[in-house]
Amino acid sequence: MAVALTFDSVQIGDALPPFQTPPISRLNLALYCGASGDHNPIHVDTDFAHAAGMPDVIAHGMLSMAWLAHVLTQWVPQTALRQYSVRFAAMTKVGERITCSGEVVEKLHIDGQPCARVTLSTVNQDGQVKLTGEAVVALS
Amino acid sequence: MIDKKFIGHTMPSFSATVEPGRLRFFAKATGQTDPVYSDVAVAQAQGHPHLPVPPTFLFCLEMEAPDPAAIRNLLGMDYRTLLHGEQGFTYFGMAYAGDTLTFTQRIADIYDKRDGALEFVERKTLVTNQRNERIAELRCVTVIRNSKGA
Repeated sequence: MAVALTFDSVQIGDALPPFQTPPISRLNLALYCGASGDHNPIHVDTDFAHAAGMPDVIAHGMLSMAWLAHVLTQWVPQTALRQYSVRFAAMTKVGERITCSGEVVEKLHIDGQPCARVTLSTVNQDGQVKLTGEAVVALS
Repeated sequence: MIDKKFIGHTMPSFSATVEPGRLRFFAKATGQTDPVYSDVAVAQAQGHPHLPVPPTFLFCLEMEAPDPAAIRNLLGMDYRTLLHGEQGFTYFGMAYAGDTLTFTQRIADIYDKRDGALEFVERKTLVTNQRNERIAELRCVTVIRNSKGA
């Protein structure tokens, strides 16, 4: 269980606890298709992907964003989360192992509330960046 | 090119109920092992009234719109050319299993780059709960890749 962090206990450069996926399987994508309600066939139907000119299905961008959110909620309780945003830089594919990580880059006050700003990313096993993002969390 | 007259256009609101079984399924599908997201007793022991809605699940509920293609059709966007470029969430409060959330989508901006080769539609969605408390604002940027000369 993540506990609330104090302003003084957080330092610029602190690394957030990382989250690592096993190699992405088609089952992972099928489960996320059902659980998320995103039934776009490009994520689960290889025949559809081939017909669309793609070599294979591609993982849901929002599945990666959900994995990346684990880095935040392993670090602070979700109630502390104020902002979370990502840019989808590259497609994530079956078989890739994705590492989600974050780092504190700023300590600031927003409307009097002590906060930390963190940068976030997901990368595959070869270091290719898939998502970049940032978040703001409230500190006590 | 998408008509910029739609900037500021607001879609009819719709509501979705947060089902606990769906949250457990989402936790499984996203590799979430923290029991606060799947075990009501653990959630309540940590001060939550029920299972919390995880940070990105609001995007899934937003897809429960009666017509998920409404904005695409309004703007004349071909789904085969679309990419999800950016996604953001600003959180004002927590949502929980059992809540009924209302989504109000607004076309916040439409712009293009590279002489129209890339068009961008920015959608902002306000989420409120059954007590009319603000829960979050979602920001979604969709990219349209236009073929050369289009």
